[in-house]
Order: sequence, then C-alpha cells, then structure tokens
Amino acid sequence: MGKISLEVNGKKVEKEASDNTLLSTFLREHLQLTGTHIGCDTSQCGACVVHVDGNSLKSCTALAADVNGSKVTTIEGLETNGKMHPMQEAFKKLHGLQCGFCTPGMVMSAVDLLQKNKKPSDTEIRDWLEGNICRCTGYQNIVAAVKEAATKM
Amino acid sequence: MASLVGSRVERKEDKRFLTGKGRYTADINLANQTYAIFVRSPHARASIKKINIDKALKSSGVVSILTGKEIADDKIGGLIAGWAIRSEDGTEMKCPGNPPLAKDNVNFVGDPVAVVIAESLAEAKDAAEKVEVDYKVLKAVTSTADAMNGDTIHEGIDKNLCFDWLLGDRQKVKEAFDKADKVISIDIINNRLIPNAMEPRACVADYNAASEEITLYTTSQNPHLSRLIMSAFGNVAPEHKLRVVAPDVGGGFGSKINVYNEDIVCSWAAKKINRAIKWVAERSESFLTDIHGRDHVTHAELAVTKDGKFLGFKNETIANLGAYARVFGTVTPTYLFGPCATGVYEIPAAYTNVKAVYTNTAPVDAYRGAGRPEATYTIERLVEKASMELGIDKTELRIKNFPTAFPFKQTLVHTVDSGDYVAGMEKAKQMADYKGFEARRKESEAKGKLRGIGVTSYFEACGIAPSAAVMSLGCGVGLWESAEVRFNPTGQVTVYTGSHSHGQSHQTTFAQIAADELGVPIENIDIVHGDTDKGTFGMGTYGSRSLAVGGIAIVNACKKIVEKGKRVTAKMLEANPEDVEFKDGEFIVSKSNKKKTIGEVAFACYLPGVRDEMKSPLPEGDEPGLKETSFYDPSNFSFPAGTHIAEVEIDPETGHVKLEKYTACDDFGRIINPMVVEGQVHGGLAQGIGQALYENAEYDETGQLMTGSYMDYTMPRADNFPEFNIGYTCTHATTNPLGVKGCGEAGAIAAPPTVMNAVIDALGGQEVTMPATAEKVWKACKNLKKSNAKAA
Repeated sequence: MGKISLEVNGKKVEKEASDNTLLSTFLREHLQLTGTHIGCDTSQCGACVVHVDGNSLKSCTALAADVNGSKVTTIEGLETNGKMHPMQEAFKKLHGLQCGFCTPGMVMSAVDLLQKNKKPSDTEIRDWLEGNICRCTGYQNIVAAVKEAATKM
Repeated sequence: MASLVGSRVERKEDKRFLTGKGRYTADINLANQTYAIFVRSPHARASIKKINIDKALKSSGVVSILTGKEIADDKIGGLIAGWAIRSEDGTEMKCPGNPPLAKDNVNFVGDPVAVVIAESLAEAKDAAEKVEVDYKVLKAVTSTADAMNGDTIHEGIDKNLCFDWLLGDRQKVKEAFDKADKVISIDIINNRLIPNAMEPRACVADYNAASEEITLYTTSQNPHLSRLIMSAFGNVAPEHKLRVVAPDVGGGFGSKINVYNEDIVCSWAAKKINRAIKWVAERSESFLTDIHGRDHVTHAELAVTKDGKFLGFKNETIANLGAYARVFGTVTPTYLFGPCATGVYEIPAAYTNVKAVYTNTAPVDAYRGAGRPEATYTIERLVEKASMELGIDKTELRIKNFPTAFPFKQTLVHTVDSGDYVAGMEKAKQMADYKGFEARRKESEAKGKLRGIGVTSYFEACGIAPSAAVMSLGCGVGLWESAEVRFNPTGQVTVYTGSHSHGQSHQTTFAQIAADELGVPIENIDIVHGDTDKGTFGMGTYGSRSLAVGGIAIVNACKKIVEKGKRVTAKMLEANPEDVEFKDGEFIVSKSNKKKTIGEVAFACYLPGVRDEMKSPLPEGDEPGLKETSFYDPSNFSFPAGTHIAEVEIDPETGHVKLEKYTACDDFGRIINPMVVEGQVHGGLAQGIGQALYENAEYDETGQLMTGSYMDYTMPRADNFPEFNIGYTCTHATTNPLGVKGCGEAGAIAAPPTVMNAVIDALGGQEVTMPATAEKVWKACKNLKKSNAKAA
C-alpha cells in the first residue's frame, strides 16, 4: 500500500492504494470516476485513455503509483462550467458515437491529437486514432467530428 | 408543427455518454458486494474426474466456492436453444444439456466449472487459481467440415449432428439443373467471427431477503427475454421475484441476446450467500465465451441458361454450432439463412440443406445479420462467378434476374412486399461511377497495381418477426413488441418500450415518433427501456426489429391515446367524438373554434372534475388517467434491400488490399433519422469489411483459440477504411403504418461479398477465402503472374 496523490480534473486527491493498482482502477474504483472504461485490459482498445500531464495515456496499463504527483484529466473533467468541450459538441453534432463505450477514450485521444496537430488531415486523424477501437460507428463520423472540432478549438 | 420523423435530430443520449455519465453494468457497485471469478476449462474436451476446492476455500477473503454439483443439486436449469428445428427426415433436433457450471464434461475452452466468490476481486482471482480440477482430456473436434467424422462429443448425438434440415424441393431443383446450359458451382467458407462489443459482458446480482427478490444488472439486449429464460428454464426464481436490468449497454451485435452462464450462476449464488455479487469479463473471457458468429462451410450451385437466366439453385451447408445450441444458435443457420438463400433473384427452383454440427468450440449464435450475411455471401459470390463464366456484365446479369413486380413471391418462403431493385442498382452504379471503372483499372495497372470492382445486390428479411410465421417455423416464442405510453398529469410523456438500445439511438428516434404522433415537444418525451420492473414484457433488440416492430407498437399506443383524447375532448366541449380532429397536439372540434391541447386533455384525464361542479370530462365508460399499451405483432417480415459496389487496389508485391471506394445504396423504407441511419450503415459496413479483409476466429486442432486477444484477432481500425459513399432509394414497406424496413444489419450483410467480389475480380477470378489477408492475396498474385506468363 502507498499513498497516491494526484490532481484529477483540477481537484487534489489523496488515497491509499495497493502498489499494483492500475490508474484505470484507481480512477474507477477509488475515485468513482467511471467514465473511463476498460475494454480490453491489454492496451489495445483505447477505451481507457485519459490525459496525464497533458498527454493521452492508456490508463489500464499504467500504475497509479507511476503517475503519482501528476495532473490527470478524465472525460468527466473536459467540460468547463457545465459546457461541453468543442470535441464533445462535435461528436454529438456529427453522431460520432453510438453505444458510447469507446467514446470517453476516443474523445480524450482526439483532444490530444488537436493539441499536437491543430489541423490534421483525414489520414492523420485515422492514423492517430488507430489505437482506439470503435465497433459501432465505422469511424467515419468520428473523423468528421475531429475535423469539426478542429475548426472550433 | 414540423414533422420530426425524417429529421436529423441530435441524440438525447449523447450528453451522458460524452461526459462520462453513462451507467454501464461494470459501473454499478452495490453495498457489501462480493466479486466472482469463474474457473474455466483450459481444455476443449475433457471429463471432470474431480474438483478439489479445499485449498481455495482457505484462501484469504473467500466467501463461497460453488461447482456444477451444487447447481445440479439446486435443480438450476441450463442454457437453451430458443428454436426447435426438424430434420428433413422428420426427426427433432438433438440438443445436449448445457448446465451453467459444467459437472461431468467440459466442451470448449472457457466452459465454466466453478465460481469463486470473495470479498475482493484480487482475492477471488487468487483463490480461483487454487481450485484443482482433475480432467481426463479427450480428443477435441474442432473442424466444421470434419465434425461429422469426429468422436461423438455429446452422448447420444451421432455424428455430432444437431439436425439435417432442408428447405425447398430437391426434385424440382434436379429438373431445373437438367435443363441448364451451364452450372456454376462454388465452395465457400464463411469465416468464424467474434462479435467484440467494446463493453465486455458483466453482471451484478443482488438478493433482497425481505422481498425474496433477485435483481440482476446485466449486459443484455433483451432483459425481459433473459428474465423469462432464467425463470422458466433456469429455475432461478419465479418471474415476479426476478428483476433484470440492462442499463447502458456498450454494443451487442447479437452477442448479448443470450442468457449466459454467469447471469444464472451469479443470480443463483447471490441468493445462496445473501449478498450482492459482481462479475466483469476480462477481454480474454469475452473472446473465449461470448457467442461467436458465422462459421459455415458451403457448396452451392447455380443453374443458368447461356443468356444468363437463373433456373435453379442449391446450397449444401455445414454450420458449426460450437459446443452447445444457444438461444438463436439453431435458427441462425436455418430460418434466418435458408429463406434468404436465393437473394434478390427470381429462381424458380431452389433448396437449402443445412447440417448443423457440434464442435468443441465456443457456441455460435446470432451475430449482426445472423444467417443473412452467410446466405448473401453465397448467392452473390455465385452470381459474380456466373457473370465471369458467362461473359455478361455483373450488373446486367443481376438486373436480368431481378423480380419484375412487387409483391415478389419468392420460391422458398418470403413474399417481399415492396422494393425497386433496378432503381437501387442504377443509382449505385451512378454513385460509384461504375462506367469509369475501366479507366481506373488502367491507371492502377500503370502503377503496377491490380484493381477490381465488386457488386452485391442484397435483400434481408428483418423486423423479426411475425409470431404466426415464426411459430409455424418452430420458434419457441412469438416475436411481437410492446409499448406503453404514459402521460403525466402535467403533460410530459414517458414511453416504455420492450426494445433495448445499446447504441441504436432509441431514446431519440422513438421520441421523434412519439412527438409526431402526439404533438408533444421531443424534450418532454422520455423513452424508458431495459428494466423488467419498468414497462411490460418485451422481446428486445436484434434482427433489425426495434423500429419495424417496437416503433410500430409505440405508434399504435399513441393512436389509442389520441382516440381517448378525442372522446374526452368531445365530452369537455360538448361535441360528438366523430367531429373531433387531432392535429399537432390539439384536439379541434371541426367547423368551430373550440379546441383543447393534448396537455389540457391529459390534465383533465387525471383530475376528472371541476370544483363545485358534478361534471366530469370523462365520457361514460372511460376510466381516469391517460396511459395506453400496445402489443404489436407484424403481419410479415420487412425487406430492406440495396446494391453495394466496392473497388479495391492490390499491390501484387505485398498482397496488401486497399479498399479504395465503397458505395452503398440502400432502400430502408421510410427513414426516421437520417443521421442515425447513416451511423448504422457505417457500422455495419465496418463489420462486413472486417469479415472480408481482417477478422478471423481460429482454433487449433486441440481446440485452443488462437485468436484470443486484440493482438491476434484483427479488429478493424480507423485507418482501415476509406470514406464510405452512402445513398438511398426509398420504397415504403406496405406492411406497417410507418412504412419502415430496418437498417441495422444491411452493411454487415452486403459488405463481405461486395469486397470479396472486388478482390477476386482484381485477381482475375481466383478464389480467395475470407479474410483476404496479405499473405493469401500475395500467393494468389504469384499464381496470377504464373498463369499470365503461361498464357503469353
């Protein structure tokens, strides 16, 4: 057991957790932030993507202890004053989600893409999202949503 | 008031999903809950000699360990096949018992033998490793084609044969083939797929000792049906003491229709230990134990005249059921498959023969399209081959054999009420620039690439299903749907549906329908589903049935509301009910300026009286309240159809197939929300293209799943697809009041043959099995080079 101190979605949190606690487990079970989803346990599907110190990270394969002291943003922290982030708005407007399960990871990953590449091409968007699996949408409307968000950010 | 049906309404469900507020089963935690881990067979086929739980019981945090013996002692029933199929010789199908925890034998890798329940997940995992199961390993049967020659898996089921089923007339087919100028034949493998909904299966079971009620939260596409099966066949609890809740469900694609072992075991065990139990599958468990899809081996023949008229068709298929027959396991390769075998063509004589076999693999059941993709793949590969062998353009050959009039009475089962297949073909050709293909082929050639074009014209029977029809076919239940429309006294509406949304957008599309019917703003309408305690019994969502069956139940319930509203308005305004018209949320007495809004009428229905007056607004015979229910049983299936065209470019040096263009032109009847339909088409296409180019579930000869993770099973990803080119034609269904047909499965049905026809076209007609991986295609390219060299 050890103490994990993080800043999650702008709030300081401190919890005891066993050393083998994954970041995804810490968020879901210790902080009840269940918006971060577990789809594969092996870092393949990307449903668990969060931001750690501004960069996207698959939280199911990071130990909470490894990111101790970091700033973490989850899907729950993307709104500002109750207003959805332009990426969230674009996903809604362009039907970039269906069942919603891969969505939090997909959105977090897409937001990071636009932090690093303000005007990505279709190919760049598709390449970047290669680490996020969606079984519902066929990705087309996700790509459209990322492009739409790029015009608003 | 503008109609919402037909509009691109943004989804009501999206905000919660986009902000992390979705509530999936794995997000649910109950007070004092325990955690379950299942001990699963590592062998594909073995008898269980002994299970020793002594060490495991002493492990830290263990609450209980239960095995097949306890579940049998408590007379808990097993998993069932929902449809009874009779063989050609009149004998009933043969189904083995499928206990929720195996007691004597295990029949596939992942078959559960025990459940370990502990205070924490980690403790449950530790203890599960200490359960000692002594197996006698037996020779596994894994090959679909050879299953009938393997050892007998289930005692008393000879040749591992569940049934040998025939649809059609062998004699007539023989006569047709005798008259043929040419017979086109094909051998096909329809590759086994794993549905892979992104949310792994999960359940949380709770027992309330005071009310003696079990509550099961589970990842189900049909909670009411699950409750019925768990109660009537599983003997878990009487239906009124069992509540099944399917909250937000992260995709299904058929894999969450079934009641699974874990649902029954956790429900039963929660009562036994009088505590809540949570189980969440790891992805590897999903790969091993979710139902799989497809897995057919087929030989088919098409008899044709030299000018391309189809005369006869035969289809001999071996369908793999896996280890056990599950809910839709037996109907998928029969009544969902056989009647669609002749596709969109007039073929005067046809039969389909299916031998369904057991193997030591995960159960095979309904996966997006269920039977119809397999049927369409066979006929559309055959037709494409016929076009090559006859030297007739692939689109012309199809048009030549399309029905000339509707209703189109097919040779086998269906009477297709509406459609215009020629219009669909013409529009698809235009969208795809079919004419320009040869120029594009030459451009590719100049770059050293091979380019191919593939076409598919499909139809499907969905809106599953008219009870009278399916009962006569052997289904255990009717497949109608229910809806209840409740007005609150202050005018908002709650619609309870027996359908279930796990991505399909019912919260929005069903609200659009109700808003139009009732003239109530969409924001004042809530759609409730997924909880057996809320709303009446319903059948759930699969087979593109939610709109064509469930949606119509909503329309009908709304119409009853309006009828009552007219009677009440007439009483309130002292008019004849026949003189009251309803439009845009207002009841208007014709030829007068007297009217009541539907909100005022609802209020009057709940507060039937005026202070200091004896007068009630309720006509004699009408009870207070404004709530109506409808159970809608369709008179026929609905029949979406369309033509898809794909173009691929192959690099012969690497065998890499690039999908360059994909055009889909579908006729779904009336479209409620174009945005949602577009999404359904995209998703179906991705799965269908996945089957053609990427996905394959593979077992080795000992029955170990070789593709048990995302490292081995190729899931389609964003960079695998071009931008899809989507369009529609529209003929309204004549068998339901909305004129709707269904759109959920079309892409998965049409895409595999479309893409494979293009690949095989590029390869000069050389057969390649799905998925057309770089290795297979590269080998075919080498052969092509050799044969071209010879020809030169």
